[in-house]
Amino acid sequence: MRQQQENLHTQHIDWPTLLIYTIFVLAGWINIYAAVYEPEHSSIFDITQNYGKQMIWIGVSAFIALMIMLIDDKFFYAFSYMSYGLMIVLNIAVLFLSKEVKGAHAWFEIGSFRLQPAEFAKFATALTLARFMSHYDFSLKDQKHWYKVAAIILLPMGIILAQNDTGSALVYFSFVFVLYREGLPGWILFIGLALGIISVLALVMNPTTLIYILIGVGVVAVFLLRASKQGMILVAAVVLFCVGLVKGIDYLFYKLQPHQQQRVNVLLGKEVDLKGAGYNVHQSKIAIGSGGLLGKGFLEGTQTKFNFVPEQSTDFIFCTVGEEYGFLGSSVLIILFVVLFIRLIAIAERQRNRFNKIYGYCVASILFFHFTINIGMTIGVLPVIGIPLPFFSYGGSSLISFTILLFILLRLDASRVFQLRGSIY
Amino acid sequence: MIDSSTKKITLYIIFISVGFIFLLRLFWLQVVDDTYVRFAQNNVLNEEVVYPARGLVYDRDGKLLVYNDAIYDLMVVPERLKKLDTAGFCEVLGITREDFDKRFERIKKSKGYSKYRAVIFEKQLTIPVYAAFQEKLYDFTGFYVQTRTDRKYVYKSAAHVMGYIGEVTDKIIEQSKGYYRMGDYFGVNGIERSYENELRGTRGIKYVLVDVHNRAQGRYKDGLFDTASVAGLNVTTTLDHDLQEYGEKLIANKRGSIVAIEPSTGEILAIVSFPTYDPNLFIGRERGNNYMKLLRDPMKPLFNRPIAAPYPPGSIFKIIMSLVGQQEGVLNPNTTYGCARGASFGSVHVGCHPHPSPLPLRPGIAVSCNAYFCSVYRSVIDNRRYPTTEAAFDQWRKHVLSFGLGQRLGIDLPGEGTGNVPTSNYYSKIYGQGHWKASTTISLGIGQGELGITPLQMANVTAILANRGYYITPHIVKAIAGKKLNNPIFTEKHFTTVDTSYYGVVIDAMQDVVERGTATIARLKNIVVCGKTGTAQNPHGKDHSVFFAFAPRENPKIAIAVVIENAGFGATYAAPIASLMIEQYLTDTITRPWMEERLVNTDLIHQPATNETTTGKPAHTTH
Repeated sequence: MRQQQENLHTQHIDWPTLLIYTIFVLAGWINIYAAVYEPEHSSIFDITQNYGKQMIWIGVSAFIALMIMLIDDKFFYAFSYMSYGLMIVLNIAVLFLSKEVKGAHAWFEIGSFRLQPAEFAKFATALTLARFMSHYDFSLKDQKHWYKVAAIILLPMGIILAQNDTGSALVYFSFVFVLYREGLPGWILFIGLALGIISVLALVMNPTTLIYILIGVGVVAVFLLRASKQGMILVAAVVLFCVGLVKGIDYLFYKLQPHQQQRVNVLLGKEVDLKGAGYNVHQSKIAIGSGGLLGKGFLEGTQTKFNFVPEQSTDFIFCTVGEEYGFLGSSVLIILFVVLFIRLIAIAERQRNRFNKIYGYCVASILFFHFTINIGMTIGVLPVIGIPLPFFSYGGSSLISFTILLFILLRLDASRVFQLRGSIY
Repeated sequence: MIDSSTKKITLYIIFISVGFIFLLRLFWLQVVDDTYVRFAQNNVLNEEVVYPARGLVYDRDGKLLVYNDAIYDLMVVPERLKKLDTAGFCEVLGITREDFDKRFERIKKSKGYSKYRAVIFEKQLTIPVYAAFQEKLYDFTGFYVQTRTDRKYVYKSAAHVMGYIGEVTDKIIEQSKGYYRMGDYFGVNGIERSYENELRGTRGIKYVLVDVHNRAQGRYKDGLFDTASVAGLNVTTTLDHDLQEYGEKLIANKRGSIVAIEPSTGEILAIVSFPTYDPNLFIGRERGNNYMKLLRDPMKPLFNRPIAAPYPPGSIFKIIMSLVGQQEGVLNPNTTYGCARGASFGSVHVGCHPHPSPLPLRPGIAVSCNAYFCSVYRSVIDNRRYPTTEAAFDQWRKHVLSFGLGQRLGIDLPGEGTGNVPTSNYYSKIYGQGHWKASTTISLGIGQGELGITPLQMANVTAILANRGYYITPHIVKAIAGKKLNNPIFTEKHFTTVDTSYYGVVIDAMQDVVERGTATIARLKNIVVCGKTGTAQNPHGKDHSVFFAFAPRENPKIAIAVVIENAGFGATYAAPIASLMIEQYLTDTITRPWMEERLVNTDLIHQPATNETTTGKPAHTTH
């Protein structure tokens, strides 16, 4: 019986996802090798180098993935709250027990290895959110539930912010997609987006001009909609709110420290500072841009190999792909990621079980968020927020945590047949 | 579940459109826009300058005077230091541990310090240290030896001619419009400076792939775009090294100058300045210290006397007066003037030494009669042909300037002085217009007063006499890269305003000076030497000994001027030095070793000459 069950797991594993995962992990390893390649340590298996270490992490990940596939699927449901609690404790502990690295208190140091608990908090939060939201009487319209959901998301986010690891904290915004799928009204997503755009415009444009434009848009809206009195009041209120927002952002911006102002300006393209705050993005764009259509070839990338690009094996690993494999290579990578997201949504949607489905959306959202922020940063369309590219970037904590995140979903998905045929149990 | 499926589709759309936006952006960055390719090249290509060797310097006979010596600087890249055996390192270099630490502290504090940039740890290793280092270099990761070249002067002579090179200053970099870069060397003085453009050569450029820390990673396209450095052009000077060295030997321990010119070409055969210095002080690690020491030396060894120091010419000016007087028609070889141990001109009495009187021009020059030439001067300045004293003086001055006095001759060495020939305005300002005449400025007639002439100008006047009426701008460089210098400036004949026909009697008299006049000491067997002594009055101390001469009389090969400061009569030191120089140059042998020995052993700087010859000497006496 047990033998049969195991066979069924492997039979029902989602092979396309597993294939993409394997491609990503191996391609990541090769690109890390290319990014930090040094002729003195020319073996990709040299464990004194990042690529050698990544090989170890890949091995560990494979082992963990196998273990997950062997565990009973009910375990994850049962384990969810416990894992959440454990991760909260670890993340608080790291605040006090870690040495400062690049301004952040985010790493446990065990010998020469470093462990980043924030990475592992992602799947724990995803499991907990899935379990809480899959409760039979759960409804987002219920304020109490709403608060609890917010608490589940914001608690780890706040702790990670306290670790001064902004990038990892921002990842928790990705759960908005899950909430949207599970009943959050579309207009909230829309308003959030609109507010974001207005905020950015407030920083880029002359605030007074922007205010006139907003008022103009309001007037046009009133005429176009032939609004009633109430409608006019509503439009006026919205415009007034936006004006207040613009003024507020303008005020806050000048309250910032000069170097923070500079970072914002560089990000928004108002200021070009190639040696200072804009350096990373500029170098990253040079590396990718110089790759051309077909790229410079394996180990031929001069920008990444000669260390012009910072963090080249972690956050800026995409530069190596762009430089050495050109537009062709980077397109393949982007398309594979999009295929993975579509596949993950499809997997989530085919679940018969709410817990599995919500967890599936969590996985898709987290990976999508990482992908968007990371690639967007390297090609200069989004701000520099240091988060890894899933499966590619160097780092044991991130690779292992993404593996756990994905394989729990694959494990749950593999059992949906049994859950469907409940009679087997 | 319409809501549910639209939400699912919305999420699909969001996820796919982000991917699509990224693809568009990447297509723009990687395929359409090529600015990043250029950026990438700037990033990784480093222009490495390959320094050319400076041109070599030879004397007129092809004897090597200046060459380049490889020097080895010990460089360190602080970032690459790993597990240094400090004790062993210090032992090889011969420094203490404290020294080592101090140097690193200094390097770290230096401007523009980067741990990735190579800096000089020890300048110019000695050869044994360099050899020891080469053996153990692999032990000292982070250190390497960089080869450069520095000047090396074969002889200690002609320091002022050779000049020296030094590191460029910010000002020089600015003036060169970017040609020079920090740390470059350039000619600061001497021919190193005046022929800098020829000597420096052309720098090469080597393109090297570098990483973000400027660490070399290899050649770019295997050196396809590299340009080789071109060594500087070799310079052949006009100097006769043996003569130069001999002059320096004779003048040792006597302040003064010797300038010898080949009259027919204007080529300088020797140009000696004492006190001098060893040009090799200006190379190597002590360059800066040595420069400061020389600069502060009260003897002023850096002062280039022959081209910069003006002296009153004294009696040698009587030669020019003889020529100007004849040209102005107030003097002919038969003109006689009386002298009774001097003569009075207006209220001024000019003294003289005992000699037969009255005398015509030729013996007048031979005995160097003061009264005679003051009279000549008076007849030139008080010439009725000119409406005013000023006009006559201006005419006199015009003649004098045509001998190359009162102006830079244009020698190809930096730091040339003009000397001084006063203008009529100068006297009009002092005495008032129309209120001065010949007697007011009478001392000019015997080369005193406001006249200032550099030894180079004196030698040039001698060359004029040798050429019977013209000179070619004296110059120090003969050929560049083996090709004869084809510069019209150094071939053009500058004629004086005095007709050639007037030179004969003066040259006869100059022969008399050496054969039976004031400079018999300069007489040579088988060679007719024509010369004139002078004793330049020095208001600050003992008079300067002056002598100029050319030889042989027909088809002269050498024109020479010697000035020995504070040495008294021209015949005492200047004349024998000139005579020995002429003999050395024309015959390559010295027939009067006793004379040579006396001069070499005379030290006028530490043991000033005794005044026995000057006791009771009347004022305004010149010989």
